[in-house]
Amino acid sequence: MAADPVLLTEMELDALTELVNLGVSNAATSLRDLVREEVVLSVPRVIVVTREQALANLNERVAKRLVAVRQDFEGDIRGRALLIFPEAKSMELVRGIIGSDLAAEDIMELEQEALAETGNIMLNSCLGTIADNFERSLRISLPEVIYGEGDEFFGTKSGGKPDDRVIFMYINFAIRHRDIQGYIAMLLDLPSLATLKSLLVALIERTAGSPIIAPPHDS
Amino acid sequence: MTHKVLIVDDSKLARMAVIKALNALRPDWPRIEASNAEEALARINEQEPDIILLDFNMPGKDGLLFAAELSQQNPRIAIAVISANRQAEVINRTEAVGATFLPKPLTEKALGDFLNAAAAQQQSNGVR
Repeated sequence: MAADPVLLTEMELDALTELVNLGVSNAATSLRDLVREEVVLSVPRVIVVTREQALANLNERVAKRLVAVRQDFEGDIRGRALLIFPEAKSMELVRGIIGSDLAAEDIMELEQEALAETGNIMLNSCLGTIADNFERSLRISLPEVIYGEGDEFFGTKSGGKPDDRVIFMYINFAIRHRDIQGYIAMLLDLPSLATLKSLLVALIERTAGSPIIAPPHDS
Repeated sequence: MTHKVLIVDDSKLARMAVIKALNALRPDWPRIEASNAEEALARINEQEPDIILLDFNMPGKDGLLFAAELSQQNPRIAIAVISANRQAEVINRTEAVGATFLPKPLTEKALGDFLNAAAAQQQSNGVR
């Protein structure tokens, strides 16, 4: 494989995954306060891919019609964060958040609000945790709920440059026994990804502090 | 008296953070690492740690399930579950299995208090 100028090392990906894990765990704690019941989370899996690969992943794994909550962020790193669900799952999420004892038309009415609030909690928590650990600040826009196909989120219709990268994070969570598979995606241009890489390096160095004692059986 | 500490977390960064705090608090205590429950079991059998610091959200068996099994099989081992998932249910289940909940990011104060309590408990039980 050709050397990628912004390929993350195994250790950098480990650090990024841990930050996402912290972020979604914090988000679960906040969502629990909203739904007043335990929110069960899977371990997030994080990969960095091109926009085409992100699109192919989505098309392969989920239904065509998607719902996303989108927030743009800027600071040392700028980009777009998306919480994505298959459209069919978004209703499950809304019912999970607001409870199922409401009439269908009330749920429809609350759908946008519940989605935006959930997205806001998940995305702010992930972005905020990442920024805090980097000792940087990010300005995050208000959440916007969008409907469409993957191409509108990552493809040619999304704006942005062809070599932009997507940090793709798979998360499964369950609210009130409803299983919801979602994705968090962060769209970054190459300069922002290079900055992210250098911030991860700095974080790893800070965490290691003085000499790391190498374990005899490191994985 | 030193106590042997096993750190179980799938993230190397998270293990590094724990080791950094341990270096500040108890530099002379030996420590062992594992990246999941299965690997941890092998380390426990070989090296008999006194204290185990477990991540909650891990691939395979999660930290809470593992803590429940361990405290049944090895009641002398002091166990803490470390997580940023601070839901009341998670904290309650941790305490119900006899483990201590420590929030992530781990502070030296929280870890220090847990280590002191664990050491005191084991000394009073005559564990060396």
